[in-house]
Amino acid sequence: MDRPTTVTDRASRGQRLLSPRAGRAPRGDRLFDGIIVGLGSLILVITVLAALVLFQGGRPALERFGFGFLFGTTWDPVHGEFGALPFIVGTLLTSFGALLLAVPLAVGSALFVSEYAPPWLAGPVSYLVELLAAIPSVVYGFWGIFVLAPVVRSIQLAIFLNPDLRAIPFLRSTPTGLGLFTAVLILAVMIVPYTASVARDVLRLVPQDQREAAYALGATRWEVMRHAVLPYARAGILGGVLLSLGRALGETMAVTMVIGNRTAVADSLFGQTATMASVIANEFTEANTALHLSSLILVGLVLFLLTIVVNLVARVLIHRLTPRGVG
Amino acid sequence: MRAGLELQGSRRRRRRVGDAVATGVVVLATLVVLTPLALVLVYLVGRGLGSIDLAFFTQLPAPAGEAGGGVAQAVVGSLELLLIAAVLGLTIGIGTGIFVAEYPDHPLVPSVRLFSDALIGIPAIVMGLVAYALLVVPLRHFNALSGGMALGLIMVPYVVRATDEVMRLVPVSVREAGYALGLPRWRVVLSIVVPGAASGIITGAMLALARVAGEAAPLLFTAFGNQYWNFDPLKPVAALPLVIYTYSISPYDSWHRIASASSLVLVAFVLVTTAVTRSVFAKRVR
Repeated sequence: MDRPTTVTDRASRGQRLLSPRAGRAPRGDRLFDGIIVGLGSLILVITVLAALVLFQGGRPALERFGFGFLFGTTWDPVHGEFGALPFIVGTLLTSFGALLLAVPLAVGSALFVSEYAPPWLAGPVSYLVELLAAIPSVVYGFWGIFVLAPVVRSIQLAIFLNPDLRAIPFLRSTPTGLGLFTAVLILAVMIVPYTASVARDVLRLVPQDQREAAYALGATRWEVMRHAVLPYARAGILGGVLLSLGRALGETMAVTMVIGNRTAVADSLFGQTATMASVIANEFTEANTALHLSSLILVGLVLFLLTIVVNLVARVLIHRLTPRGVG
Repeated sequence: MRAGLELQGSRRRRRRVGDAVATGVVVLATLVVLTPLALVLVYLVGRGLGSIDLAFFTQLPAPAGEAGGGVAQAVVGSLELLLIAAVLGLTIGIGTGIFVAEYPDHPLVPSVRLFSDALIGIPAIVMGLVAYALLVVPLRHFNALSGGMALGLIMVPYVVRATDEVMRLVPVSVREAGYALGLPRWRVVLSIVVPGAASGIITGAMLALARVAGEAAPLLFTAFGNQYWNFDPLKPVAALPLVIYTYSISPYDSWHRIASASSLVLVAFVLVTTAVTRSVFAKRVR
């Protein structure tokens, strides 16, 4: 990543001229440099170690099932048959389902804060939106079990009692309130703030000229948004969406508590299923064979690689599209 | 001619209606986003407040299904875990932050930044797996140290970013003043730059702590939970988020009450820490 000149770049250049480092460094400096560089490189060690440890732990399963592990649909701890496809599908379904709900809402609220709301309202609203991210996952799960699940259950019951709707396989389900749909709803609430705060920041960076030019042509406020502001902020918003996606992929507790934890691909919109994160949370302490444990760690490795890629792409997008020195 | 005017009029009307509809949609979207926040908070206060009493903070859990009892061991356990996490996360985090901010020419800095960004995205539960493999497997049983380590590792990238950002806000002239006095680099960094950035670093550290205080996923198979007191870092320890999880999915109504009280206490802790930190420290940074 190329970085424009910052204060510190100049600082270090100054330091090279000013500090005694140009000659031989004093003993204190050498010690300090050693400690700081050591701590700094520790982060490289940790990341590499994490990848290695997961690979090592997942290796027995990888050797047994090969890459077929990713496509196997059977997860049967009793007979030692493990395939991760139901969880990969579960993770993708919940994450993209949640994005589908969350992104329009998040962009809407970001537009409200940056374009529509008067200043006295914009501050508190964006603070409240960010509070959504401060509530712990397990508390969302608690709320999901006791408030959201009963609501979903009554929707399921209504469908169940209506012969026309019941005939649609996509909607058919046992009314438990726990399943894919509930998980998607909870996840959507949890990931809104990530897209919203990035979208708000990039919308604020859209130059005022851009808006004024469109207004001067006689555009309505919505036309200004639609044709002059949103296209300008599009790529940055996409970065925020990817950040939300990264969160959704790895979100564990709330999803585990409301998704039903059935180790099979969901059979309907309300069907019980599991995600990569939820199966680890749900089964890890109960796994009593080495192969079962190893398979769960291998699922963890897949999740690790997937989220790293998504997050790095998001970072690159946001970094590249956010002009420095503003905001 | 008249037809043309009419067309223009209807077109203008359509544009005006479109604009009004868009405004409505934007306002509605904001309301929909904020509704769950209100619902969650109202439910927590409504259900949890009545279940919080002195016993909640002072007693050990009552046997399953029996009323009464508390989760004192989990409140203290959470604090133990946060202490371990803070020692680990702040040492590595602040050290790395100083490294990327003060040594921009060092060849390792770009990769440290990249890895730190990558670390932020790793799901908490995967950090739990890593801590499990590093500290639970060798010791052959669940322990507090591994839980604290998982939380500490999750904190690291947030602390790095906060430290890096505020240290770069300290003006070059201040550093130059230090060098002009003949101070070595370590004195300039530790006695001039770090104190200047302290309020920002503390803000970042507290926000990172508040964030991991609510994590349950990485503790499931590291700290594991405990129904009794434990102050030994090498034994399993209880934590509030774990209590919320196990008690919520249990079938007992008395446990559900404890879960609601724990949720309220946890959310209050996180929100108050965040708000106080922001109002006390953040103002001085900007």
